[in-house]
Amino acid sequence: MSAPIKNPAAETLPRPPGLAGLAADWASDQRTFKNVSWGKAMMWIFLLSDTFVFGCFLLAYMAARMATTVPWPNPSEVFALEIGGTHLPLILIAIMTFVLISSSGTMAMAVNYGYRRDRRKTAALMLLTALFGATFVGMQAFEWSKLIAEGVRPWGNPWGAAQFGSSFFMITGFHGTHVTFGVIFLLIVARKVWRGDFDTERRGFFTSRKGRYEIVEITGLYWHFVDLVWVFIFAFFYLW
Amino acid sequence: MVDVRSGIGEALPPPEVEDVELYHPHSWWTRYVFSQDAKIIAIQYATTAIAIGMVALVLSWLMRLQLGFPGTFQLIDAEAYYQFITMHGMIMVIYLLTALFLGGFGNYLIPLMVGARDMVFPYANMLSYWIYLLAVLVLVASFFAPGGPTGAGWTLYPPQAVLSGTPGGKDWGIILMLSSLIIFIIGFTMGGLNYVVTVLQGRTRGMTLMRMPLTVWGIFTATVMALLAFPALFVACVMMLFDRLLGTSFFMPAIVEMGEQLQHGGGSPILFQHLFWFFGHPEVYIVALPAFGIVSDLISTHARKNIFGYRMMVWAIVIIGGLSFIVWAHHMYVSGMNPYFGFFFATTTLIIAVPTAIKVYNWVLTLWRGNIHLTLPMLFALAFIVTFVNGGLTGLFLGNVVVDVPLSDTMFVVAHFHMVMGVAPIMVIFGAIYHWYPKITGRMLNEVLGQIHFWVTFIGAYAIFFPMHYVGLVGVPRRYYELGEMAFVADSVHSLNAFISVMALIVGAAQIVFLFNLVWSLRHGREAGGNPWRATTLEWQTPETPPPHGNWGKELPVVYRWAYDYSVPGAPEDFIPQNQPSPGRVSHEAAS
Ligand code: HEM
Ligand SMILES: [Cu+2]
Repeated sequence: MSAPIKNPAAETLPRPPGLAGLAADWASDQRTFKNVSWGKAMMWIFLLSDTFVFGCFLLAYMAARMATTVPWPNPSEVFALEIGGTHLPLILIAIMTFVLISSSGTMAMAVNYGYRRDRRKTAALMLLTALFGATFVGMQAFEWSKLIAEGVRPWGNPWGAAQFGSSFFMITGFHGTHVTFGVIFLLIVARKVWRGDFDTERRGFFTSRKGRYEIVEITGLYWHFVDLVWVFIFAFFYLW
Repeated sequence: MVDVRSGIGEALPPPEVEDVELYHPHSWWTRYVFSQDAKIIAIQYATTAIAIGMVALVLSWLMRLQLGFPGTFQLIDAEAYYQFITMHGMIMVIYLLTALFLGGFGNYLIPLMVGARDMVFPYANMLSYWIYLLAVLVLVASFFAPGGPTGAGWTLYPPQAVLSGTPGGKDWGIILMLSSLIIFIIGFTMGGLNYVVTVLQGRTRGMTLMRMPLTVWGIFTATVMALLAFPALFVACVMMLFDRLLGTSFFMPAIVEMGEQLQHGGGSPILFQHLFWFFGHPEVYIVALPAFGIVSDLISTHARKNIFGYRMMVWAIVIIGGLSFIVWAHHMYVSGMNPYFGFFFATTTLIIAVPTAIKVYNWVLTLWRGNIHLTLPMLFALAFIVTFVNGGLTGLFLGNVVVDVPLSDTMFVVAHFHMVMGVAPIMVIFGAIYHWYPKITGRMLNEVLGQIHFWVTFIGAYAIFFPMHYVGLVGVPRRYYELGEMAFVADSVHSLNAFISVMALIVGAAQIVFLFNLVWSLRHGREAGGNPWRATTLEWQTPETPPPHGNWGKELPVVYRWAYDYSVPGAPEDFIPQNQPSPGRVSHEAAS
């Protein structure tokens, strides 16, 4: 769990050179990934599993899109807005993407300040990240209501293949849920940072374990992942 | 690479992390009910899995009664038969085998075998069990819902699964089934992350990957596979739930139901099959790999010989795990997909036979000239090997497109998969329970009852499933409620069917002996002591039996050797525990 112990009396294991040494490192005792904490390892493996979930969603959507015999609605027209009399294709999505990518930036800064134990800056940056996330979800809600107002339903839409609406709601909905959970995690962790839980070693409410600043980084891993997934959704759903 | 056995001069690695701080429960509730101790969670998982498994067993009786004596039992009509089939198959595969191997044995054995105090995230581990229980309850609820459980077959193929011709299709059945699976997957993920991280990052000093018992390797690899395969099922369930509830058409083509054109159109039923089998085939190995691992340890311990080709066994497990992700469409030869796909998937399927065969050879070579003790775990392990080989051979038939096409959807397939993923893993589960029960409870299971249980189950299983191959070869289709006036069905089939059904009842009854034994031995079994099988692995070296919270007392064990030092020439005993330093080191350390 916590920092490696220095044991001056310990003998170090001789490591064979080259490839054999690489294998020996991986297979060595106690930890396969040296200096990776349990929490971080768990998050990475969870994200791998979640990648398969999103991968399946996206592949299923592509399969449906290729299989359907009815024409697929043109995303750049569907997702266009009229602003000040000009017709701007994909403008909202562009802004949403920009917001989400920016939030990854603030998240990365929060992690940095977290390791410097700068409570205030860390909490503030996490709150800012959460705010960006909430803005993203808000804009998505706007987009959903606009499409619903135009007659897009899970079972059909005015422009073509019914799978357009179903895939849209399903994939953006699932991603939006991820973002929402991320915002909630961010708020919880930000509160703990602000309160100084990780300096006073206060125990978690559920797990009764001591938290550490590393949790900021672990939340960050999740956040960057959700961000990265969005890039793929953007590319495959909106730009295709 | 490092040698699996330690050289005398090898240095002891320093501890890399501090010993963990455990949560110490204070009330009865947090100690035994909402427990965060992996051992209690394991018992909870196992009890729930066995309980729901009994439901599946009873359902198999009902199906056999209908098949053996068609028309005799008014209560079983065609609808009910399909519901029984579906629930039987789904419960057996997911809620019994997966939950018991990973949630049950995984939780109990992983921390003990790698020398950890507990799983790395005990709280998530506890949640995992309660969510699993919720999934089971939702599943059971479908028996009482209006319209009853779904009768779509355990594969749940759309479009029929959500249409009114199928029991539960337009009622609650399919909704509850899909929801239950989604809940199961969420719960499993919490547990699965624990098992994987514990094996990767939570081992004790000296426990290198290549010193882990094969049981841990099997469960570990299966868990990794489950974390990558369940997502496909998850997505398929979500999409089908939308098709059913929101009227989307992911899997629904334009379709006429009862003379009425439905609103659906443009979806792809084949897409569901791909998603389902991308999960479904790895699932076979998710229940097989833990069985492979456990059986290796049972054989080695009870034949007092080191496992033959340990390294090869590890690599075979990993390679089978990897390959099983690229064979899924061998379940879809008759689905109308591109024939070139069939060629590709037949090839990969047959390639998997290579590492699998290596494992079988190694088991047999381990037995070769071993000091075989015919204890109950050993008997079940032997039963596993023959049954698995049997099922594997028929698998070669079904893996080839041309042979599979006529055999597809016949009782031959039913016989095949019952051999290879029904009977074989169940044999290992029994063997494992007889093997580890003394550690879990401190008492031995009754030997006489155990022998009765073994012989009836083993011979009975063959009596059930061997004739079924023949029934399938002569063309009796699978998932048929009754054969009716099918002229081509030979008379022998009818008498065989009656015979199979009687045997099924007897085998089922033998399981009651087993359950009785489990309960009876809790109080009346012979005292086992800490290490009744004189085994090497760490779980047998705990200071107390049953192991207390935290497993190891004050000091974590240190591992000096692999798990298979049986009958080492020159050693004072015929086994050397993993945590016993070599004599050279002992004198060396005493001197310094
Ligand atoms: C006493 C033991 C068992 C008996 C008598 C039994 C009997 C049956 C019968 C009669 C069927 C239906 C065949 C048909 O009409 O198509 C069936 C299906 C099935 N069984 Fe078993 N079974 C037993 C144990 C198991 C076990 C341990 C598993 C675990 C893998 C299992 C998995 C399945 C599956 C997956 C199906 C297919 C369901 C479907 O077609 O949707 N069974 N079993
Ligand atoms: Cu398969």
